[in-house]
Amino acid sequence: MPLILTDDQLMIRDSADGFFNSEAPVAQHRALRDAADPVGFNRDVWAKMAEMGFTGVLVPEAHGGADMGHVAAGIIMEAMGKNLSAAPMLSTAVLGATALKHGTPEQQAKYLPLIAQGAHLLALAADEAARHKPAHIATTATPSGNGFKLNGSKGFVLDGAAADTLIVAARTSGDTNDSAGITLFLVNPKADGVKIDRRSMVDSRGTARVTLNDVQVDGADVLGSVGEGHAILEKVLDAGRACLAAEMLGLSGTAFTMTVDYLKQREQFGQKIGSFQALQHRAAHLFCEVELARSATLKALQALDEGSDRAPMYVSLAKAKAGEVAILATNEGVQMHGGIGMTDEYDIGFFMKRARAAQETFGDAAFHSDRIARTLGY
Amino acid sequence: MSDLDAFRAETRAWLEANCPADMREPIRGDDDVCWGGRNCQFKSEGQRLWLERMGAKGWTVPEWPAEYGGGGLSRAEARVLAEEMKRIKARSPLSSFGIWMLGPALLKYGNEAQKKEHLPRIARGEIRWCQGYSEPGAGSDLASLRTSAEDMGDHYLVNGSKVWTSYADKADWIFCLVRTDPAAPKHLGISFLLFDMASPGVSTSPIKLISGSSPFCQTFFDNVKVPKENLMGTAGKGWEIAKYLLTHERDMIGGSDSTGGGQRDSVSNIAKRLIGLDAAILADTALRTDIARHEINALAFSLTMERVMAETKSGQGTGALSSMLKYYGTELNKERMQLLMSIRGSDGLTWEGEEKGDGDLARSWLRSRANSIEGGTSEVQLNIIAKRVLDLPGA
Repeated sequence: MPLILTDDQLMIRDSADGFFNSEAPVAQHRALRDAADPVGFNRDVWAKMAEMGFTGVLVPEAHGGADMGHVAAGIIMEAMGKNLSAAPMLSTAVLGATALKHGTPEQQAKYLPLIAQGAHLLALAADEAARHKPAHIATTATPSGNGFKLNGSKGFVLDGAAADTLIVAARTSGDTNDSAGITLFLVNPKADGVKIDRRSMVDSRGTARVTLNDVQVDGADVLGSVGEGHAILEKVLDAGRACLAAEMLGLSGTAFTMTVDYLKQREQFGQKIGSFQALQHRAAHLFCEVELARSATLKALQALDEGSDRAPMYVSLAKAKAGEVAILATNEGVQMHGGIGMTDEYDIGFFMKRARAAQETFGDAAFHSDRIARTLGY
Repeated sequence: MSDLDAFRAETRAWLEANCPADMREPIRGDDDVCWGGRNCQFKSEGQRLWLERMGAKGWTVPEWPAEYGGGGLSRAEARVLAEEMKRIKARSPLSSFGIWMLGPALLKYGNEAQKKEHLPRIARGEIRWCQGYSEPGAGSDLASLRTSAEDMGDHYLVNGSKVWTSYADKADWIFCLVRTDPAAPKHLGISFLLFDMASPGVSTSPIKLISGSSPFCQTFFDNVKVPKENLMGTAGKGWEIAKYLLTHERDMIGGSDSTGGGQRDSVSNIAKRLIGLDAAILADTALRTDIARHEINALAFSLTMERVMAETKSGQGTGALSSMLKYYGTELNKERMQLLMSIRGSDGLTWEGEEKGDGDLARSWLRSRANSIEGGTSEVQLNIIAKRVLDLPGA
């Protein structure tokens, strides 16, 4: 597959850019932040995203989705990144839909159409360690009645406060860091023993701590096979990581454009600061870095669509590179804006905050460098 | 069977029959590379035959038009040829500044007589070219060049000196930037001349580099007579040709390695062999982090080359990217050579030794430092990106 967008994908890009630019611009992110919105996104925007087919981008047509693939999902996430648009796209349309494709026919028939309609929100409750470590699951699932009893705590659940269903990773056997013995469960957040505490995060997104205290789940709520949740979790995480790379690519692009525009306006010493070579070279270097992140991200999304064996390696490449570039682009953005970049009134700081959160989510550049080295046998 | 499949079958059969056995072995040293030319010393009969056979088919320059000695192949056919050559590990039959640099400019700016005279000889490796661009006083500020070409009616009289003329002492002809109008603004007084290095008044003197080798020369012109018909393009419009040619040079340097061609082993594979693993992890964990970071950038860069080519082909091209590829590619290659030196440790510092190949790594490392200087420094590439891509104001 050539490493470019197809004509259809170019059309999706144009419509996604237009949509988020008008429906969920940075000003909306600011308003949600100012209002300390409990879920951290606008439900009307989510409903319109469903009408556009965005929420069903990874849902098969048989279940009412648009089934446009990972490249398209990435294009939508990139457009959201450009505008810092907040919506449960990652948690529900990417992570949720990918997880449920591994469900029973009954589970798929129940949830996938609702995802495509934008009528049901999911949240992945997997990570427990503050630094991403997918196999580190101490939450237990012990046999009880015709199902299991869950106990444990999940510290960083994206859209956890808004979710209608949680996808919980718990241990049915093995030790805390074993990849074997992890099982995924579909859990109703309103069930007895589930406690959801919204956390106020630096990027103002809706994140929650989920505590599970003797939560009874039915055997029919197991997603995939008992003890074999890790393989599904890796696929779910990889889809999420590639889409986060796309989001970071989008926010890097806007931070970069804002910065170059500022260099062309701001005058000091009697001239535009963009005429100073010290700044020109940093901007030109940043341009190259964003281009590299773009190539790596597109390759990862294409590899996921192709079901390539090398997809995990390319996903880590994209997450590592796009993460590093997002940090660079936003750090340079704030620095080159000077004092105004430090003010809350100016938007560039929002990009820096979101870059940091997206970089930490599902493994930062260091995590993914290590994963690539392991994949390549060193 | 599609036309392309048929072409592949024919090509495969022809290569099997015509590529000599010793031309399928890896390139071991500089003298395995064939540069052609009037005084070419072939290292083996196989090398001579390989050039002769490929040159006769025009496959040294597969995509050039057949009327000018090229293969006349489509882009897709040329790719098939490259794949089939790679399959049998065939060496490139000819390394040539004529092919990489002058040829594309001749095709675009040369007149019919010039194309007919020079292109077939380049394709067959009969004439070896060198590049007369930089001068002792004109490096990054190339347009300030001062080598003069005075219009004497039927000829130009060339006086001055060029520096960093690669292999000038072995070249047959030179393509040379000269100042034909000293009164015009610096970019507008430059012309593009082609002339024979055997002309009276041309002399060369090799320059020894920090790597110990001397592929470069300083070249002197003392009242060299150059026929007027050797002017390429229009007098005073040479800068446009110079820039066009530099784009090709940048692509060549950005995508190249200084280790002598062929398939490069990855840094991590070399590290695995020389350092070894400990519980499936490279035994030197600090170096492992540096290597992984480098390989991420190297992978993302090669994907970017792939994407830029695909975009250009489909017309989605963003343009002006050759500076980016030159800048990033050369910086990465320098980093690669430094990592290889680190991996080798004190053994990499060997200069002359008992073993054949001692000093090769150190020489390659030292040579790689020039990658971000030649063909426009990294800083000049960043200037170009700032100006042409980002549209930042001039200082």
